[in-house]
Amino acid sequence: MNISDLTITKAHEGLKNREFSSKELTLTYLENIKNKDNRINAYLAITEELALDQAERADQAINNAEKEKKDFPLLMGIPCSIKDSIVVKDYPSTSASKILENYISPYDATVIKKLKEQGSVMLGKTNLDEFAMGVSTENSAFKTTKNPHDLTRVPGGSSGGSAASVAAEEAMYSLGSDTGGSIRLPASFSGVVGLNPTYGAVSRYGLIALASSLDQIGPITKTVEDCKIVFEAIAGQDDFDSTCQVFQFEEKDIDIKGLTIGIAKEYFAKGIDSDVEKIIKNAIDIAEKHGAKIQEISLPTTKYAIAVYYIIVPSEASANLARYDGIKYGLSTKDAKDLLDVYVRSRGKGFGEEPKRRILIGTYALSSGYYDQYYHKANQVRELIKDDFRKAFEKVDLIFSPVSPIPSFKVGEKANDPLSMYLMDVYTCPLKLAGLPAISIPAGKIGPLPVGLQIIGNYFQENKILSIAYKMEKMLQ
Amino acid sequence: MISKEKISHIAKLARLELSEAEYEKMQKDLSGILDYFKLLKQQKTQVKTGKKNVDTKNRIRKDEVIMKNAQLADNILALAPERKERYIKVKSIL
Repeated sequence: MNISDLTITKAHEGLKNREFSSKELTLTYLENIKNKDNRINAYLAITEELALDQAERADQAINNAEKEKKDFPLLMGIPCSIKDSIVVKDYPSTSASKILENYISPYDATVIKKLKEQGSVMLGKTNLDEFAMGVSTENSAFKTTKNPHDLTRVPGGSSGGSAASVAAEEAMYSLGSDTGGSIRLPASFSGVVGLNPTYGAVSRYGLIALASSLDQIGPITKTVEDCKIVFEAIAGQDDFDSTCQVFQFEEKDIDIKGLTIGIAKEYFAKGIDSDVEKIIKNAIDIAEKHGAKIQEISLPTTKYAIAVYYIIVPSEASANLARYDGIKYGLSTKDAKDLLDVYVRSRGKGFGEEPKRRILIGTYALSSGYYDQYYHKANQVRELIKDDFRKAFEKVDLIFSPVSPIPSFKVGEKANDPLSMYLMDVYTCPLKLAGLPAISIPAGKIGPLPVGLQIIGNYFQENKILSIAYKMEKMLQ
Repeated sequence: MISKEKISHIAKLARLELSEAEYEKMQKDLSGILDYFKLLKQQKTQVKTGKKNVDTKNRIRKDEVIMKNAQLADNILALAPERKERYIKVKSIL
């Protein structure tokens, strides 16, 4: 039996039936990382000591549970990877930036605390675009992650290391974060499942902030069932994140028959690759054959979403990144003449090109004389985008769409054209501006390249999304 | 194209040092991106911002002392690049 291609559910059964121990499982994954990661570059740090310690504790807990004839948590003893923008106590968390290269977190993120309580095993910290700013993982200050399905191509971003680690069997699941598509796009490009939860469903305490009105942590997994398990483990209120809502995930089976699925006509206009379109249309046909009612809807503000998103995100990022000042932690220039010089030169040295670009755009959009024209206007149009979705969900249960207009592109292909990178978010960022949840599940392939289907739901309807995604996953196989 | 002076002004506001090469690149990139934002002018807007689609009101915890391990303060302090005793040291301000 190859234990590294098991799902969480299967591995849990295996641990329960004593077919293998968590230590064996963990050593297998560490071996996979050693054999594969020099080509894939999914990891920035491997936390072997932590993983083996957690595996031993999990094995003890499993022993005790067996003696007492009790169940143990589904994630107990299961090896995972963590996006490097989520802090783990006593380990580096760099967010793939030189400005945090030597930062050791003094605390655990709430999601990490929850996973530790479940007995999870943490294999390491995964690569991302610096401060989660990007769609390809090429913006990392340290390395470029490769797509496990084609090593000349990108895995998607910004949680590219997380998605690649799961796709390459270098982790059984991963935690990523999604601001404009950073879980769903890499899930789509890398052929795995990725859920962006409703804004407020999962605590962001301990997530290194990009844009606080949009950031959410979510699972990247091999299957929809695994995704549900991880989501359930990390969701729920937290005193350390005031936006986090009282929300109890409840699993309930939902029939696809009689369900109304919305198809936004704007999402199939110009710009979509014809093979991607075929794969998504096929998924829609399958849903219809199984009794779903397909209804065309209109989201007329779609054309403004990217402009709105790339004003709001840099604006919020320019404020969030002000904390990196060379004083409290992180990179600090040694030869500065005064305090201002410390700020200016530490930041100049520590930030890469994309954070600099976004800090400048954001500062510009918020500056005197330009605020109304950019930031204020973007927020007004954001309200219209929310209204579009609100009206749509009066008529439909779920919306099916592509995740991106094209499949994975070549490493370097778009590196010198930031705007063409931004346009990749066309289907993933509008719903984020409204705070809605959405999943990406594998729907087909173009040659070796996976293509994801996006399923968007109404607020806190993760159950409906997961339930239908589970059925679609089976029907698409 | 956005001027070098403008970039220099924003960079100063953002406390960000840029190299000569970066100035040139940012002038070009920002001009393209800001041009793209002009798209928003097509959309008439009168709406008030901050309307709530869902109950997203902030949940504030009670303002009370939470006991933490004393080690935490030391660990946080240990991250500061320059220290003197239990203080973070900075360069002269004036």
